Amino acid sequence: MTDFEPKIVAFCCNFCAFAAADLAGAMRLQYPPNVRIVRLPCTGKVDALHLLKAFESGADGVFVAGCMEGECHFLEGNLRARKRVAYVKRLIAEVGLEPERVEMFNLSSAMGGRFAEIAEEMTARVKRLGPTVPARRKEAAES
Amino acid sequence: MIVADRKPLDEILASIEPYKKIMLMGCGGCVTICFSGGAKAVELLASQIRMARNKAGSDIDIVECTPERQCEFEFIDAFKEQIASVEAVLSIACGVGVQTMNEHLAEGVTIPGLNTKFMGYPVEHGLWQERCAGCGDCVLQWTGGLCPVARCAKRLFNGPCGGSAGGRCEVDKEVECVWQLIHDRLEKLNKLENLEIVRPARDWRTSTNAGQRKVKFEEAML
Repeated sequence: MTDFEPKIVAFCCNFCAFAAADLAGAMRLQYPPNVRIVRLPCTGKVDALHLLKAFESGADGVFVAGCMEGECHFLEGNLRARKRVAYVKRLIAEVGLEPERVEMFNLSSAMGGRFAEIAEEMTARVKRLGPTVPARRKEAAES
Repeated sequence: MIVADRKPLDEILASIEPYKKIMLMGCGGCVTICFSGGAKAVELLASQIRMARNKAGSDIDIVECTPERQCEFEFIDAFKEQIASVEAVLSIACGVGVQTMNEHLAEGVTIPGLNTKFMGYPVEHGLWQERCAGCGDCVLQWTGGLCPVARCAKRLFNGPCGGSAGGRCEVDKEVECVWQLIHDRLEKLNKLENLEIVRPARDWRTSTNAGQRKVKFEEAML
């Protein structure tokens, strides 16, 4: 499926990944336009439901990007997010989707290059996996 | 509290396979506390079902609701109209909730989405253990507050048995031998003599051995 352009939702912590995405822009780094960013005060804010609803609403891939472990502004938010991502991997596997469609990443606000890499990596991964549901049904669901 | 665990999604999908519009009903009581049947569990399961059915090419309409308690008529009555508009109800309450729905709203069908496990409490975040078997004749006053009926694999009243080793049960080495715990606790309380009292054989008719049980509180009856 060469013309498949996946929709990827990125739940980003305000203090690291969101700032890193900003930095990637300031550095004029190119990364795939498939990634839509949702800004969070901390990845600890993300709930399994948010991730699942993203898939239900038509996302082909979802990732959560938080601070480096041990450097969360709220101490444990990113560790909690990691657990929730693992939980959602199980939930989507039950539905018949590949667990690799959802992932947790850790980076700092200085890592603009790494953010672009993550966006590339997830886009390539989800392109390889294909759409979550057959395209025809997906359009119907989204409309 | 009653502890329950969600059924595998495949089993749930198979049981609602013929339906195009269902209600997914949770319960705000015990199963909310053990994360298997509260309002959030309803949202998560509904989302999973919709995704699975969409993927399979047979969409489903799901009405989501979570009454305060599914085991009382007064709370489920509030959803009567909505229930009438669906083909079936998928309940993620305990077995009592499912039966209350089926008996009280006999015209509709309610399917269980959980496996009801036991009465217990969270020993740590996310881990529940059985503590009460509802045997109908409590002996906790003699055993230092630790239940040999719910926690001994053999339901012994004169343990520990020969299979107790290093404080662990022979049935499962992960499980602590409750009779070792009872002995240790009574020793600490200076009440070891409790274990020397000869008691008559247990009458198990108070448990489930004599059929369905009931409790009556006449002053509350109308």
